[in-house]
Amino acid sequence: MQATPRMAWALQRRLRRGILFLVLCAIAVILMIPLFWMVSTSLKVEEQVYTFPPVWMPKPIAWENYAYALVRILPFPRFIGNTLYVSVASTVGAVLTSSMAAFAFSRLRWPGRDYVFMLVLATMMVPMFSTIVPTFILFHKLGWVDTYYPLIVPFWTGGAAFYIFLMRQFFMTIPIDLDEAARIDGCSDVRIWWHVLLPLSRPAVATVAVYCFMARWNDFFKPLIFLHSMEKLTVTLGLNMFRSAARDYGVRYHWLMAASVAALLPSLVVFFLAQKTFVQGVVMTGIKG
Amino acid sequence: MLFQLPEGLAEAVNPREDLSYEYTLFGKGHTKVLKRSRIRKREYASALLFLAPWIIGFVVFEIGPLLASGTISFFKWDLIGDPRWAGLANYEELFTRDALFWQSFKVTTIYSLSSIPLRLALALLVALLMNQKVPGIAAFRTIFYMPSVVSGVVMAMIWFWVFNSRFGILNHFLGLMGIDGPNWLMDTKWVMPAFVVMSLWSIGAPMITFLAGLQGVPQELYDAASVDGAGRWRVFWSVTWPLLTPVVFFNLVTGVISSFQTFTASYVMTEGGPANSTLFYVLYLYRNAFKVFRMGKACAMAWILFVLVLVLTTLMFKSSPLWVFYETEVEGRR
Repeated sequence: MQATPRMAWALQRRLRRGILFLVLCAIAVILMIPLFWMVSTSLKVEEQVYTFPPVWMPKPIAWENYAYALVRILPFPRFIGNTLYVSVASTVGAVLTSSMAAFAFSRLRWPGRDYVFMLVLATMMVPMFSTIVPTFILFHKLGWVDTYYPLIVPFWTGGAAFYIFLMRQFFMTIPIDLDEAARIDGCSDVRIWWHVLLPLSRPAVATVAVYCFMARWNDFFKPLIFLHSMEKLTVTLGLNMFRSAARDYGVRYHWLMAASVAALLPSLVVFFLAQKTFVQGVVMTGIKG
Repeated sequence: MLFQLPEGLAEAVNPREDLSYEYTLFGKGHTKVLKRSRIRKREYASALLFLAPWIIGFVVFEIGPLLASGTISFFKWDLIGDPRWAGLANYEELFTRDALFWQSFKVTTIYSLSSIPLRLALALLVALLMNQKVPGIAAFRTIFYMPSVVSGVVMAMIWFWVFNSRFGILNHFLGLMGIDGPNWLMDTKWVMPAFVVMSLWSIGAPMITFLAGLQGVPQELYDAASVDGAGRWRVFWSVTWPLLTPVVFFNLVTGVISSFQTFTASYVMTEGGPANSTLFYVLYLYRNAFKVFRMGKACAMAWILFVLVLVLTTLMFKSSPLWVFYETEVEGRR
């Protein structure tokens, strides 16, 4: 008799947890439907694309959509190569220069340091669109429009305020004794930065690298205004071209979706490989910011 | 410390130490102080070296362009000819004669006002659900975050197809419920709701920050509250919410800054249409700058945007003492 209320309570708790689990599953399914729909459409033959009610599982599976969308219509492998080049080149610069700035903000003493750091943080609030026109004019005057420089060079100048912030926060957690020991051994600041701090900051370096790479890979606006020639386009631009071409000749959704899957795949791969890093980065900015 | 550093060196290498006595260089400090100051100078030089890339970036890509934007906004310039002084003409045109400017402002405001609160509420709700002890939390987190990895263009492509009035799945599901779905992206009434719905798909970042915030709430507080006999609702508003307000604040600020710069979705999916009902502010700015080459007008818009974002963030920061709770406040008062 004594156990009954406790059992009822346990039962209620299990029931609640079960309902919760189902709700989460429902949300997960709803969120995944658009992605599933994209992949499914990309594998359909044309007649199955335009049917109502929609067909969920493509039959037969039309792998040739990918060949068609990615090779015959637009040079997608080329776009992927271009984007890879821009993304990697910017990421290397962002990691190096943001960690350099972070080093100055966390390891060196100089007057006004904290005020300048506030200034770094304040730049996060400046909308990119507020500076884009003069930036464009500058690159235009330099003759860099339709080259990759406008997409890469800015990342070799400190990356972004957010990256500096992330790096600095991480450097602050590394004991200063390590620098001291290295300095007594006659290490210069450059060597302390390169041989002591960077190797110890792998999580922060990884976070900045993953963030920067993803942001570059997914960027649309800057490539849109700076790149024109077909052979220089990035993946997002190519996809958009696909879409505007489709507008004139009628949208072929199965090809459009195949190209979208191809454009999405690299970022998904990076996401799955670096998931922990990714989540950590979001948390680091959100909570400590 | 494991060992004792030689005197002087200990101070020279310890960055936490204050800088005040460096000004006694010509005072009574003599050689020791002089040596220290030399080390200091070397350290300043080193700091300058490490900061050099950022300084260049700040001047060339941040403050320079920002000031240049302000200057160009007083000119008429098509980039080919010479800029001509125009005084406040660009601003006057925008504020008094340009109906599209006001339209773009209206579109962006309506979108922000509906999308930001809904996004944050949904993200918080999902995070609260996930914070209960349910199995498979890692899998859920991955799935819920995945849409946020999708780039703006791919997202636009996917939803362009989802919103398709005849063959799209959204109208299929509505049809199953007996609702005759609208032609989402072609209907001036429905295109904005469509954009808001789409924005609810990628709530990964606020959700993860909320979840981390929730996990940071000390269990003792929940225990104390339940000992006091507080119900779920009461616990949420008295314990969880106050401790979560810093995260809400962070998500609100970043949400406002990014939603005022919504570009890709409208550029790719609707090109601002139908009938300019998705003509977002920065899309109109882009058109002025890069389609009709009115650099002065575009820069005026750029500065209005800057001031607007500045005012909004300042307002949020100023209002934060009223509703954002920082644990350190309490600790400080102890």
